[in-house]
Amino acid sequence: MIADIGKGAAVLFVAAILQVTLLSQIDVFHGAPDLVLVTLVAVALLRGTIFGAAAGFGAGLVVDTATLQTLGVTSLLLTIAGYWIGRYGETTGRDRSHAPFLSVAVVTLLYSLGALILHYMLGDPASASRVLLDAFPFELIFNLILTLPVYALCRRLFRPPPTGLEEVQLLG
Amino acid sequence: MLVLLSIALITIYFRESSGGGLHQVQSAGSTVLRPFEVAADRVSRPFRDAYGYFAGLVHAKSENNRLRQEVAKLRQSETLNLAAASENADLRSKLHFVSSPSYPKGFDYVTAPIIAQVPAAYEQQVTIDAGSISGIRQFDPVVTGEGLVGTVVRVARNVSLVALLTDDTTSVSAIDANTRAQGVVKAGASFDHVGKDQRVEQGDELVTAGWKDGGLASIYPPGIPIGRVTSVGQNEVDLYKHVQLQPFVNFETLSSLVVLIPKSR
Repeated sequence: MIADIGKGAAVLFVAAILQVTLLSQIDVFHGAPDLVLVTLVAVALLRGTIFGAAAGFGAGLVVDTATLQTLGVTSLLLTIAGYWIGRYGETTGRDRSHAPFLSVAVVTLLYSLGALILHYMLGDPASASRVLLDAFPFELIFNLILTLPVYALCRRLFRPPPTGLEEVQLLG
Repeated sequence: MLVLLSIALITIYFRESSGGGLHQVQSAGSTVLRPFEVAADRVSRPFRDAYGYFAGLVHAKSENNRLRQEVAKLRQSETLNLAAASENADLRSKLHFVSSPSYPKGFDYVTAPIIAQVPAAYEQQVTIDAGSISGIRQFDPVVTGEGLVGTVVRVARNVSLVALLTDDTTSVSAIDANTRAQGVVKAGASFDHVGKDQRVEQGDELVTAGWKDGGLASIYPPGIPIGRVTSVGQNEVDLYKHVQLQPFVNFETLSSLVVLIPKSR
């Protein structure tokens, strides 16, 4: 468990640094890949609600600190995203091959909506058409492209815990 | 619980002053993160430059001769180390700018590279690798050799946040360098509040007004180039002319900036 926490923190820290220094500068109609979100989805799918929520909170703090934005905004959104995807992974999604892609697509949409609402509530100039019509399709495509390599990497790092159950044949 | 903690962070951060506890913690945090950001920036710079080079080539096909010349210059630089060459040219242009007659009097300067960028969908802002220990304060103007870039909106110990001219919140008092018509440049796209009796023509150059009225003064020194007028229109209903402009600064290729610091501070 402690090893998982260390690996999760390292992966999300690297993702956050790459996000603020490199990926945020990719601008196709205001859309950019969100490596932190994709990594969080992969980690939460593989490790569940508590891990996902805590990882989202920590990653959000790093992003907000690095970009000097209002502390807590990204944390709030990523905490909810991590918890929700963790719940999906625990209940139905973890073993399904389409789960990472479906999760990334849905979370990208909900994250964009949540960020728009939160920025609007905080008085930031946020254009709904720019975020949802211009930026969202490209952000979704970028994130789906990132999903396969990021999820594969995370699955290697966070191997599913052994269940201890083995197939048995009843005698008699 | 983490959701409540996040909401508490937002509330406290939003309500406290820029010198408050959470801001101090964030400032310290950004200082800790700075080496990682700088390292990632240096590692990724060649890739970014290569991406910018190819993006520039595609874009240049629909541009005029001036941009074609820039593409030719970029092609020449292909034979060199792309990252080192562009960084060198950038620093040279700033050095030339600060020693030229157009550099505003009464200001020192701090040159700083861009190390992070806020997602473009919300704000046109960048984080630079210099903060309060370099003498930077909130509302210090930011320029390059091409013209006005924006203003410092938030300062931590080692990094600062710069709102670009194209940010929706940025407004700059400006004058037409040819006709002296006055107005306000908003979001780097329009020259507003220009009366119909004032004369503005396509191709005119807009510069900062740098007004002073008693104890109040513009945060921008006068005479910094902002952009060129691309269209002028008016109708009978509106009180003011409709003036559009194209900023001189190419915000897509910015890599480092010059922060102007008043000597009187």
